Amino acid sequence: MTLALVTAGAQPDEAARRASPLAVRGLTVSYGQTPAIFSVDVTVRTGAMTAIVGPNGAGKSTLLKAALNVVKPLAGTVTVLGQPLAQMRDRIAYVPQRASVDWDFPTRVIDVVMMGMYRKLGLLGRVRATHRSQAMACLDRVGMADFATRQIGQLSGGQQQRVFLARALAQEADIYLLDEPFAGVDAATEKAIIAVLKSLRDTGRTVVAVHHDLATVPDYFDEVVLLNTQVIAAGPVAEVFTEDNLHTAYGGRLTTARADPESVAG
Amino acid sequence: MGAEFVALSLPPILIGICVAVACALPGNFLLLRRQALIGDAISHVVLPGIVVAFLLTGVVATGPMLIGAAGAAVVAVVAIEVIRRLGRIEAGAAMGVVFTAMFAGGVLLLERSDTSNVHLDVEHALFGNLESLIWLDATGWGSLVDPASLAGLPVELPRMALALGLVALFLWLFWRPLAMSTFDEGFARGMGLRTGPLGLALVVVSAIAAVAAFDAVGSIIVIAMFICPAAAARMMTNRLDHQVAWSAVFAALSAIVGYVLAGYGPLWIGASASVSAAGMIATVSGLILALAAIAGPHRKAVQ
Repeated sequence: MTLALVTAGAQPDEAARRASPLAVRGLTVSYGQTPAIFSVDVTVRTGAMTAIVGPNGAGKSTLLKAALNVVKPLAGTVTVLGQPLAQMRDRIAYVPQRASVDWDFPTRVIDVVMMGMYRKLGLLGRVRATHRSQAMACLDRVGMADFATRQIGQLSGGQQQRVFLARALAQEADIYLLDEPFAGVDAATEKAIIAVLKSLRDTGRTVVAVHHDLATVPDYFDEVVLLNTQVIAAGPVAEVFTEDNLHTAYGGRLTTARADPESVAG
Repeated sequence: MGAEFVALSLPPILIGICVAVACALPGNFLLLRRQALIGDAISHVVLPGIVVAFLLTGVVATGPMLIGAAGAAVVAVVAIEVIRRLGRIEAGAAMGVVFTAMFAGGVLLLERSDTSNVHLDVEHALFGNLESLIWLDATGWGSLVDPASLAGLPVELPRMALALGLVALFLWLFWRPLAMSTFDEGFARGMGLRTGPLGLALVVVSAIAAVAAFDAVGSIIVIAMFICPAAAARMMTNRLDHQVAWSAVFAALSAIVGYVLAGYGPLWIGASASVSAAGMIATVSGLILALAAIAGPHRKAVQ
């Protein structure tokens, strides 16, 4: 319970919450008897890249899902620029874990990207040439324009991940929430994805990603949230990403985590 | 192929086509959602609903039976969702529990009540009686434009056409959210789609198709048509819109070929009597599925 003191000690800063592109307060989710995340407070900084880091089962994915109401939290509030989430859906793009969908689904790459335009098109809005060229531009940004008419099952893992990112780009959002965007992808894809994310940040967008490779956190991210059911520490990477905090978050598993980043995925 | 065909064969064939397509269309989405057995479940659970409706009204009339069946289907759908969500178990297990229990309840009710003098038995529930849905007022193709004759059409035909129209309307209207939430429910919810009510609506629409079909053709066709045409169509294409179109073609083909084979097939091979049209239609749909599994261009995509 000493862990809780770190967050409970700080008074939530109302002004920061209202300005933040994504602020959660007291977010608690339970899938069964034990909470997956408990009383999580996070205030994401505008125009920064934030990593959510923590051991297996720390509730990293759950935090993203609860922030988007993809899973219903037991308690807590989510605000986007001070407004309730429901009014701000257009501003947020979500990239779920690649493994969460059936890649044998009968659909083509371009159709998946077009899903990102649903809020623009509505139920029956006609797909015009401008929509198609916009979707192609999103595919081009992730280097997948040549694969537009491929069936999604024919893609490699890295290519699938890029298509998911292109779908999020098609949403033209201000905030991008990504769940393990680098899990099981090749080095070229990792490079391509991080380039796109950094260009989003450099144009004022906010990026939050669940991340499992501790070695690349300082290179890729500006801010970090260390999570283990509760928030262990959160803030700029230089201040928060310390040996002590990592030990608190990972406990005895840190050495394994360092030796093999894959082992803490999830 | 004149007056006799219009009076005796055309109405059952048209009803068969409507039943097959109305079940096959939502079947595509149920299949991709790993909920294909829900058609099976629905066609079982309507039995207690129909028996209860008979016990309450004392007559075998279409209206009360449809209401009873629909009520039972809704009870089952809600029970499946409740068990799945509260029990946190797989949808297939929840369905298995609910539909076997309700079908068993229906059989018990049927045994304990006196239905010996009416046309209500387990056999009728399984096979229906497609061949008996004939159009006595028809005198030839001209009857199709004669209002007086059209009034004598079997009531099942306009009813099934209505059900088919409803299913098609639902899929056309909600195509995008259905496709999105079937492929990636998390993403769809992140976009603010209410995937829970949408999934429930899909099941309810499927139930309406199944219940409307049940009275006319029994449960065998319904079970087959929810699965076989969609599964065969999946192996013909890698696009959802094309798959749904293929499934409608396969369903209609099964109905036509199945009906003709049931009526005339035995004569061709020298036998005297015809066989059950419902059984033959379901068999043909299974054969189409087998052919698609052997020779479909995209069969490897399916696990």
